[in-house]
Amino acid sequence: MSKPEFVYITYIETTPEKLWQALTSSEFSKRYWFGTELRSDWKVGSPLALVMNGTTTDTGQILEADRPRRLSYTFHHVTSEAARRERPSKVVFHLEPYGKLVKLTLTHEDFEAGSRLLDGISKGWPAILSSLKSLLESGTALEIPVSALGIEGVS
Amino acid sequence: MNIANFKPAIVYTIYIASTPEKVWQALTSAEFSRQYFFGNAVEVDLRVGGAFIVRTPDGALHISGEVIECDPPKKLTVTFNVNWPQLIEKLGPTLVTYEIEQAGEAVKLTLLQSHDRPLSDDILSGGRQGWPAILSSLKSVLETGQAMTIKMAPPQRMLDALKEMGIATPE
Repeated sequence: MSKPEFVYITYIETTPEKLWQALTSSEFSKRYWFGTELRSDWKVGSPLALVMNGTTTDTGQILEADRPRRLSYTFHHVTSEAARRERPSKVVFHLEPYGKLVKLTLTHEDFEAGSRLLDGISKGWPAILSSLKSLLESGTALEIPVSALGIEGVS
Repeated sequence: MNIANFKPAIVYTIYIASTPEKVWQALTSAEFSRQYFFGNAVEVDLRVGGAFIVRTPDGALHISGEVIECDPPKKLTVTFNVNWPQLIEKLGPTLVTYEIEQAGEAVKLTLLQSHDRPLSDDILSGGRQGWPAILSSLKSVLETGQAMTIKMAPPQRMLDALKEMGIATPE
């Protein structure tokens, strides 16, 4: 039985520095992450808040910030009482130069057994990272309605 | 072969600024696939029972199978068997399914690689390494017209595991 985690790899025609900027700037994230702002100073130990249309959806703390190679933070979904009861999970971005491309590996791990969040993030990350790839390569993010993700209880 | 006995071992979803018809065409045409599938050509006779073939850039037969489900432009399921001696005997057939759905103004493409028995992480590492590269490049071709050149070393971990099982892999 493998441990509960979600891993997603994508290759993007960009530079590690531009990808790092896109992963840490609200100006970019609002365009590819369903309107989400990323609020943090990105220093190890600093807090992070994900804010969607004025509502904080997730909070965390920066664990690693090795620009432009590795970024990780804890991730606590806070939109419902049930989600708040789960302990924070962990998000790791690994950026590797790959010829003229960058290989981006996202690992979302440290879920408690039976996590309700795991299904939702497994459906959300492919949309967010696909849109990020489009934005960096073509200048236009994708228009994906949240309802198209097929997350239970989200319409 | 009863496809109900197959369970997805690898699932990869990617969203593409395109139409379901164009994604379908990219998945089923040799001309497109050469651009995003490490130079390999997909040749498929699009009817249930039709042949599904992947040829390497030098024209050699690399993967052969047949069409199991064909519902253009929504769903294509094929058997996807690499032509290495003993592979199908030891691992059973591999099933690959592409599901294509409209998602707002984008297209959601889901790839499932399924097997009729549990396989080790070592065996599955080949697909886990390959599919993200193939489908990232497919997305770029459709969105920007430019394929990505993803040079990838052979999936050594998988090859070692296959060799250990007595499956003849290319030297």
